[in-house]
Amino acid sequence: MTEQVPTADTVTPTGETLNVLHKRFKKAVRQDDRDGYDGILIDPARLVEVATAARDELGYDYLASATAVDYLGKGDHLEMVYHLCRTSGGPALVLKAQTPRENAELPSLTGVWSGADFQEREAWDLMGIRFTGHPNLKRILLWEGFDGHPLRKDWREAYYEADQKPFDSRWPDGHVRRAEQDNPYGKNVRYPDGFVLDEYQSTAEDALYADVALGLDVSADLATERVVVSMGPQHPSTHGVFRMIVTLDGERIEALEPVMGYLHRNHEKIGERNTFLQNMPYTDRLDYICSLSNNLGYALAVERLMSLGSRYEPPTYRAEAIRVLMAELTRIVNHMWAIGFLLNDLGAFFTPMMYAVTERELILDFFEATTGSRMMCNYMRFGGVAHDIPDRMRSEASLINDRVRDENTMEYLHKLINERLPRAIDQFDEYLTTSEIVTNRCIGVGVLSTADAIAASAAGPVLRASGVPYDVRRADPYSIYADLDFDVAVRYHGDVYDRYLIRLDEMRQSIRILKQVWPLLMDTGGQPFFAGRGGIYSPRVPAGESYGRVENPKGELGYYVVSDGGQNPRRYHVRAPSFINLTALEQMCKGHKVADVVAILGSIDIVLGETDR
Amino acid sequence: MYGSGVWRGLLVTLKHFVATYVDDIRWGFRRRNPAAFPVRQSLDGRGVFTVEYPEEKIAVPERFRFIPFLVVDNYDHPERAGHDWCTSCGICAKVCPPQCIWIVRGSDPDSGRPVPEPDAFYIDIDLCMNCGLCAEFCPFDAIKMDHDYELASYDRTSNHIYDKRRLSKEFRYWQSIAPTIAEQEASARGGWEHKDVLKQKAKDAKAVASEQAE
Ligand code: SF4
Ligand code: SF4
Repeated sequence: MTEQVPTADTVTPTGETLNVLHKRFKKAVRQDDRDGYDGILIDPARLVEVATAARDELGYDYLASATAVDYLGKGDHLEMVYHLCRTSGGPALVLKAQTPRENAELPSLTGVWSGADFQEREAWDLMGIRFTGHPNLKRILLWEGFDGHPLRKDWREAYYEADQKPFDSRWPDGHVRRAEQDNPYGKNVRYPDGFVLDEYQSTAEDALYADVALGLDVSADLATERVVVSMGPQHPSTHGVFRMIVTLDGERIEALEPVMGYLHRNHEKIGERNTFLQNMPYTDRLDYICSLSNNLGYALAVERLMSLGSRYEPPTYRAEAIRVLMAELTRIVNHMWAIGFLLNDLGAFFTPMMYAVTERELILDFFEATTGSRMMCNYMRFGGVAHDIPDRMRSEASLINDRVRDENTMEYLHKLINERLPRAIDQFDEYLTTSEIVTNRCIGVGVLSTADAIAASAAGPVLRASGVPYDVRRADPYSIYADLDFDVAVRYHGDVYDRYLIRLDEMRQSIRILKQVWPLLMDTGGQPFFAGRGGIYSPRVPAGESYGRVENPKGELGYYVVSDGGQNPRRYHVRAPSFINLTALEQMCKGHKVADVVAILGSIDIVLGETDR
Repeated sequence: MYGSGVWRGLLVTLKHFVATYVDDIRWGFRRRNPAAFPVRQSLDGRGVFTVEYPEEKIAVPERFRFIPFLVVDNYDHPERAGHDWCTSCGICAKVCPPQCIWIVRGSDPDSGRPVPEPDAFYIDIDLCMNCGLCAEFCPFDAIKMDHDYELASYDRTSNHIYDKRRLSKEFRYWQSIAPTIAEQEASARGGWEHKDVLKQKAKDAKAVASEQAE
């Protein structure tokens, strides 16, 4: 027998909260008593009131996630699910509101939390729920020429083959077809009724500009100092294909609207066609810098669902130790990358970047030897990890590749954690922290106040640099973090400089954790890295819902997964920190110069693979 | 003093700058020599860290994953030369996330009963996401992830659907790119041969033993 980690505490705040709310809202609130579900169902008419009460009276000041589910064939309604948290910590409170599928409509919560803004726009875009009272309800990931709301269960993609994988056409009579045959060019796009493509360009651009132009007619007023600039999507500082429509008065930002979705592939729809296991490699491609911690969040969500069943075995202790090792190394990888690119954005072209990426490469060497890939690791499994850490990081020369390495893995890790990385972090401190160029450009720029950060659902380093010591590893511990000794880094000015400093702090804390994990790995050597029998490619996942969240390097990454007991998730939603952190971008940028926008965006640290999903 | 931070930062740059030359002198200005490589690319590396691809290529670790290949018996195998290890059980096609594997199950032309060998096996390498799940869940160690990542071609429509012939590689090749893993797998199977061959051998041995006992 190996020592097992106790499963997550399943006590949720639903019961006690319901008692409180019931006194005031009577029949408007009731327990969600479907099997495997938890939370409070709320009459849409009272939703705003209940949310306000939860925020002001019950202390649930932070809207972690808001998403919609289509229950076609199971009550035929759409359901909006809100996960609320206290920034002081504890499990999430789940609120739900239902609306019929036809003319779906719910009140907007943007008045209670500004963080609901993008998430409601996403629910409108992908699920077709109209939010009354939303100030700017339009599509966010898709464009106006898109027909329908793709996450609805009866919506089918152009290359639709079947509702669920695996497809029958692959075996035993699998005659190959190229993807283009099923999805011929010219026939792969559908437009909404009455949509004329040729007219689109001008009207949509107008709408976009009218919205941010503060009511002035751009074409007539160009003679004034006000200019609307489209930054991106092809712009080196936007870290991918991200666009900002910026209204300028001279050099100063008056308004800014983020435009995204250029990398959208409907990750969630793909996820609902996939089996539970097949989603694992797809999570790598969300935030492609941090594939291992993406894996972890998804594994947690599905394991939580599996734990409702009778034959569930939680991950072994060794598996948990390996997971934490991977997650913390990933944090260092990400923060190295973030700091390197922030400096690029500030104009220190590629020198600091190269120093940062060198360290990252050394970590990726370990990832590659262990998981088989440097970036798309696909390493976590439900119940453990895919392989144990290899004894040696070795390679064989072949005709293709000829420069060979061979090192003892644990010794390599030891040296990496105790010598190489701490030295590199200190070097960054010496190199950049006091440099006047950095301080002049960063101090006091892009300030986000504590209250605004919480209201806008900012997460991760952005939230903590604004003075909120909120870290999921401590607020709602998972894996073995509860047993580990580390501090939640926090800074108080909320500017670009603090967001830079907090990443250094967090790397130091990660090193501290890694130093505790290394001996655990030595002690558990040879023990199983996977609970139960291996080789099961379609695990039984009981019906129910779960929300698995981890503290990803960029902020809270949550997976909301609904199972109806089959092989595929009914709903698979990703609460993407890069996406939600952008909610506060305009607020941070207002009043600053154009060049500062680049620095501010760099300090939020987004990855478009995750933002656009 | 104002500006001292910048100077301190530049000292760090200078240190790196000097370190690259010290490194070069150490290796006699032959940075690309095979002895220098493991040191330059290790935790002790202080000099230039970049690898000058394609002149210089790092051998990838054993677990490295790129487009899968099908294991067949060595072409000089006494009994089963070139025989597929794949039994066309279909697990890899079911588990493949982008569904890029197509298999035609083999059947006996006379009886029509399935035989443990695929008639056709295709992988669309444009779709393959190199996740390695096929190799992980194949019960017969018949599909493995390759190390050859230089697959660029000029015409994707005609070249990127790999058929069985293109996918098949000798067992010896797998042993050469991943010796440790191949050995672990062999010890789990109970020998270097295919699982079915080993099973048959054990059965035969048992039959012989019981005959002798009689
Ligand atoms: S899982 Fe293995 S044996 Fe089964 S069809 Fe695939 S390659 Fe062949
Ligand atoms: S590596 Fe993954 S995507 Fe490629 S064939 Fe195997 S299972 Fe499919």
